[in-house]
Amino acid sequence: MDAIRTLTSGTVVLPYNDIDTDQIIPARFLTTTTRDGLGKHLFSEWRYEKDGSLNPEFALNQKTYRNNRILVAGNNFGCGSSREHAPWALLDFGIHAVISTEIADIFRSNSLKNGLLPIVVEKSVHRWLLQNPGVEITIDVAASSVTLPDGSVAAYPIDQFARYCLLEGIDQLGFLRQHADDTAQFEENRSWTP
Amino acid sequence: MTLYEKVWVDHLVVDETPDTPAILYIDLHLIHEVTTPQAFTLLRENALPVRRPDLTLGTMDHSTPTTPVRSFKDLQIVGEGAANQVRQMQQNCEDFGLELHGFDSQYRGIVHVIGPELGATQPGKTIVCGDSHTSTHGAFGALAFGIGTTEVGHVLATQCLLQRRAATLAIEIDGRLSVGVTAKDVILATIGQIGVDGGTGHVIEFRGEAIRSMGMESRMTVCNMSIEAGARAGMIAPDDTTFEYLNGRPRAPQGADWDRAVERWRGLASDDGARFDKSIAINADGLQPMVTFGTNPGMVVPINAPVPGACGNAGFRKALDYMQIESGKPLTEAAVDIVFVGSCTNSRLSDLQQAADLLEGHQVAAGVTMLVVPGSQQIKKQAESLGLDKIFIAAGAQWRESGCSMCLGMNGDTVPNGQLSVSTSNRNFEGRQGVGARTVLASPLTAAASAIAGRVADPRAYL
Repeated sequence: MDAIRTLTSGTVVLPYNDIDTDQIIPARFLTTTTRDGLGKHLFSEWRYEKDGSLNPEFALNQKTYRNNRILVAGNNFGCGSSREHAPWALLDFGIHAVISTEIADIFRSNSLKNGLLPIVVEKSVHRWLLQNPGVEITIDVAASSVTLPDGSVAAYPIDQFARYCLLEGIDQLGFLRQHADDTAQFEENRSWTP
Repeated sequence: MTLYEKVWVDHLVVDETPDTPAILYIDLHLIHEVTTPQAFTLLRENALPVRRPDLTLGTMDHSTPTTPVRSFKDLQIVGEGAANQVRQMQQNCEDFGLELHGFDSQYRGIVHVIGPELGATQPGKTIVCGDSHTSTHGAFGALAFGIGTTEVGHVLATQCLLQRRAATLAIEIDGRLSVGVTAKDVILATIGQIGVDGGTGHVIEFRGEAIRSMGMESRMTVCNMSIEAGARAGMIAPDDTTFEYLNGRPRAPQGADWDRAVERWRGLASDDGARFDKSIAINADGLQPMVTFGTNPGMVVPINAPVPGACGNAGFRKALDYMQIESGKPLTEAAVDIVFVGSCTNSRLSDLQQAADLLEGHQVAAGVTMLVVPGSQQIKKQAESLGLDKIFIAAGAQWRESGCSMCLGMNGDTVPNGQLSVSTSNRNFEGRQGVGARTVLASPLTAAASAIAGRVADPRAYL
């Protein structure tokens, strides 16, 4: 995972609540054995017309927003499946951060392991972002904050370890493997065995 | 301490600090073909073995065909991608020395069905799988949750996960269920009450008289859909019902080990007065059969109640438009094209038995296709020994091999565009059962009644 310190970009807005993992990437595209190339299936049901052409009404297809890297979604983003294909598809498309009022647990965990920023902001900030699609904002990972165009700064909550891993580009498997001796000792000392 | 906290503390390799998450030991890692290939690639790239092959158990369920065959050799996998995934799963399990219940295994089935069936799922264990419905195993008093593929790699390589302790939510369900109302209706009503994000950040403990009087298969249905309320996991304290279910199963402890295990398991229940971060109460007495009308499991109503009006939420309007369902009318007027009885939520023997009992002597309505997909090859065999297959076939339903099937349509079993499906599965998300599929989630009883009526139907009229 590459280290991320700040992300400055325009936003693209999908104002729907409870956008689930099956919307982010439908199950029929999960028959892959690699992490690559899933961006073309991102939001497949919404992005494409029945004949396979791009739906011009859908925000991510519009020139104004196509290259924006911060997705602002309605309340509660990423509920449903544990498929890591969801953050893989977002990143492959070019989305590097998702802002909502709430982000589902497994989606958040998967995002952080791939360098996709899951950002939860207060309702008032969220409402403003929903109403002003395309504005350029800055996410500062070190400060755990979002800077809006008027210069106001909104803090967002993040686990300290997750923040550290993002800033340093830390591979969590490496961290776990450093504790191999602790694990062996735990196995040795257990009062029962699974 | 609560049940969750007892299991959590018992698995701490290293406790959490403000700066670092806990390192949690995993007792059982269930794997399937869809969410593991990239994790095995990670192991190969780093030249790492699987740390505990003996605590890893594989099956194939998502991409596998369910069309009836005489021999597993005749199975035709739909799509090159799915076939490749199945081949890689076989190869990965062979290369890393892992037990796989592949096509030729009599124990093959949906990963959340075979864990309990084999007795591998036990109280007090930590259980993970690259699948969100791993919450099912919490019915046994295990701490069980879904993980992503990167974490599948972590567990394969280290048998551990980095985790933060979750908040706790007690859901107390007292009272008694009336005839025609099942575990599925209980969990749908619960999600309707707390919402699809009501459990986010929490581990739910289901408690109360209605839960205690449920059998293990019903408890699994309840815990299975904890994730649909956004919860990290759902748990039920183990009791005599749990022990009776597990006793004698292939992977359950035997002899003196069994007695010691039961003694330990009895201590897992939340202590009297244990503190939960949140608590809610639900009365089972007044519950009705429940059906979903929208595009998430929280958009749910009692079967004879009118669908609520749009509430100014863009998503709500969009959901009703997608479903082609009108506010103000009950769902019982909606014509049905497909009925699906199956999935890790409702594919166990008691689910099939309920559907068969209701269907017996009736016919599936003209124009309705009904699929019955048992959760495992073992359940298929048990159902056939009870003659359930004959009841389904005589009624005009299709009797299939086991697998995830039409729950998520990865294996070729899909709902055609625009058609309405009454499904015993767990997600009514847009396109979940196929492009343009309109899904109504319901119990096996409601599904069977709807198959006979050709419209969404109240099962109590047939009982």
